[in-house]
Amino acid sequence: MTFMKTILGSAAALALSAGAALADPALIYDLGGKFDKSFNEAAFGGAEKWAAETGGSYKDIEIQSEAQREQALRRFAEAGFNPVVTTGFAIAGAIDAVAADYPDTKFVTIDGWVDPAKHPNVLSILFSEHEGSYLVGMMAGMASKSGTVGFVGGMDIPLIRKFACGYAQGVMAANADAKVISNMTGTTPAAWNDPVKGSELARAQIGQGADVIFAAAGGTGLGVLETAAKEDILSIGVDSNQNHLFPGEVLTSMLKRVDVAVFDSMTQGADLETGVKVFGTAQDGVGYALDDNNAALVSDEMKAAVDAAREQIIAGELKVHDYSSDDSCPVLQF
Amino acid sequence: MDKMPAWADAVLVPLISVFLAAAISALVILSIGENPLNAFSIMVEGALSSSRGIGYTLYYATNFIFTGLAVAVAFHARMFNIGGEGQAMIGGLGVALVCLFIPWPHWSLALLGATVIAALFGAAWAYIPAFLQAKRGSHIVITTIMFNFIAFSLLNYVLVNMLKPQGSSDPATARFPEATHLPTFQSMFSTADNVMFRNAPANVTFFIALLACVAVYLLIWRTRLGYELRSFGQSETAAVYAGISPVKITIVAMLISGGLAGLMALNTTMGEAERLVLNATEGAGFIGIAVALMGRSHPVGILLAALLFGFLYQGGTELAFWTSIPTQLIIVIQALVILFTGALDNMVRMPLEKIFLNIRKGDA
Repeated sequence: MTFMKTILGSAAALALSAGAALADPALIYDLGGKFDKSFNEAAFGGAEKWAAETGGSYKDIEIQSEAQREQALRRFAEAGFNPVVTTGFAIAGAIDAVAADYPDTKFVTIDGWVDPAKHPNVLSILFSEHEGSYLVGMMAGMASKSGTVGFVGGMDIPLIRKFACGYAQGVMAANADAKVISNMTGTTPAAWNDPVKGSELARAQIGQGADVIFAAAGGTGLGVLETAAKEDILSIGVDSNQNHLFPGEVLTSMLKRVDVAVFDSMTQGADLETGVKVFGTAQDGVGYALDDNNAALVSDEMKAAVDAAREQIIAGELKVHDYSSDDSCPVLQF
Repeated sequence: MDKMPAWADAVLVPLISVFLAAAISALVILSIGENPLNAFSIMVEGALSSSRGIGYTLYYATNFIFTGLAVAVAFHARMFNIGGEGQAMIGGLGVALVCLFIPWPHWSLALLGATVIAALFGAAWAYIPAFLQAKRGSHIVITTIMFNFIAFSLLNYVLVNMLKPQGSSDPATARFPEATHLPTFQSMFSTADNVMFRNAPANVTFFIALLACVAVYLLIWRTRLGYELRSFGQSETAAVYAGISPVKITIVAMLISGGLAGLMALNTTMGEAERLVLNATEGAGFIGIAVALMGRSHPVGILLAALLFGFLYQGGTELAFWTSIPTQLIIVIQALVILFTGALDNMVRMPLEKIFLNIRKGDA
């Protein structure tokens, strides 16, 4: 009897909470989880900032399996959450499948692309990672004394090759004779969180003469940054500003403002403008980090050159080749 | 003579184990300030009270039936195949190739073709460890787990460099053509005015899983090969004395095991995603070990255990949706069930055997 009551009670509570949730935003993290010290955590940071500034509340979920992508989208849409913000390109396929069933719900995919002509209620947010990587690549090329720089990627997927390709182009722009050593940590999702392997790869690249290493590898990057600091060479962080992790040892960080994308989407709420939005250099969606921790490392000459390149990219005078546009890179072999 | 009756071994031990796991899970939930009864009712409600919830539960269960059977067949020959994950991945590759490159006229033919290829690919992936075990004595546990990693790397390479549509950043194949889409429970059981299993991923593959259960039962207990397999598992020397070739049995058992694991890809790749994604197996190969242990390597037991784990997966998702219990704790709850039913099996069995022995002494 009491058990039955509990069941009925919780069903009622469920119905109530579903009603109360109306028009709250929801956030779905990609596999890899909320606290990955990188991409998903940046999204969480943006959502927390929104909650703190507006006093609003949001619902979030870390999915555990592929089948849950579609399930989570549907459950949140049916419960009245709006907009439903998602991180990671892998969920785009699921949004494509469900968006038409919930025309009143706005979906946001960060890093994914959904055809806006087919689904008017979806906003695809894309970052120009190749441009940001180009800028830090230039800095690496100028800061390197040996003429050899390194790149440590996470999992070997096209997105990370996009980082690597932009970076290599930037290095070459600063120093046409430079050599870029590129390594991927692995081919499984574990590659996102393997600081020990990151450290090994950094050591191997240092052995080959690299004196600046860019890590685009999630949690693995922490191992790269730490080893670089220990061996007294420079490193470059990714996604968030990681300059503070090893002050004076991290040349700069390639910023990818996932937090801003989440914050903006939640602020606009149910009236969100849909379509495709590119967070490029011009929109400050990507860029390089400059603060007290790396001010001494970045010479005026370096800053002037990078800022000039930045202006050129914004003005459209400088085109950085995007690996994902044709699955190839003119300056780097994978 | 048996220490306790068969029904106690098959029913009582797993039930008590699950109950213990549930009790400890309840304590864990209590300790973070949530109501365990409430949590349990959300799980039951989400997984079993609507046709959609059941659709998800059965979808997960289908995966676990295949991988559970795979582990069980090898286990009857006293081999521990923990490579189900890799075998299922390669099976998925086979399914993708069949669906993408052969213009099937109808889903039923596509399913037939994909079933054969998935089993062949899975079996082929199990063949190398089996051969190494049979001919060289390389331990099957080590080789199969290493082959999981090789499978993952191979799949990643093939997806990123060959099968991925150009310009896409997702390491996955293109969507399979319409003609290969399998009927879902929604399309099979819905009537015009009553939609059942709305949007749930359960599909016709579930019935193939049931057929596989029957087939494995017949194979193990009703055929000569099954007899050889079991006698080899009971005692290798006795089997050799009886004229059974250890090399042949090792390889055949692993081929069947790998084939069953490969079949899992039908459900995830052809039935649910309708394309091959990198992460298609999602650990079901490892859950299969727990399912086989809990189900006593018997198809009926495996079916029930797979349903239980399907319930845990779907119920766990619902918990994540509607409570503030963190995902990590939901994994802890799932792990507790595995721990109690798999690893701590003897903890329940031994006292129970003692009790039954005492009862018998009392009778005598």
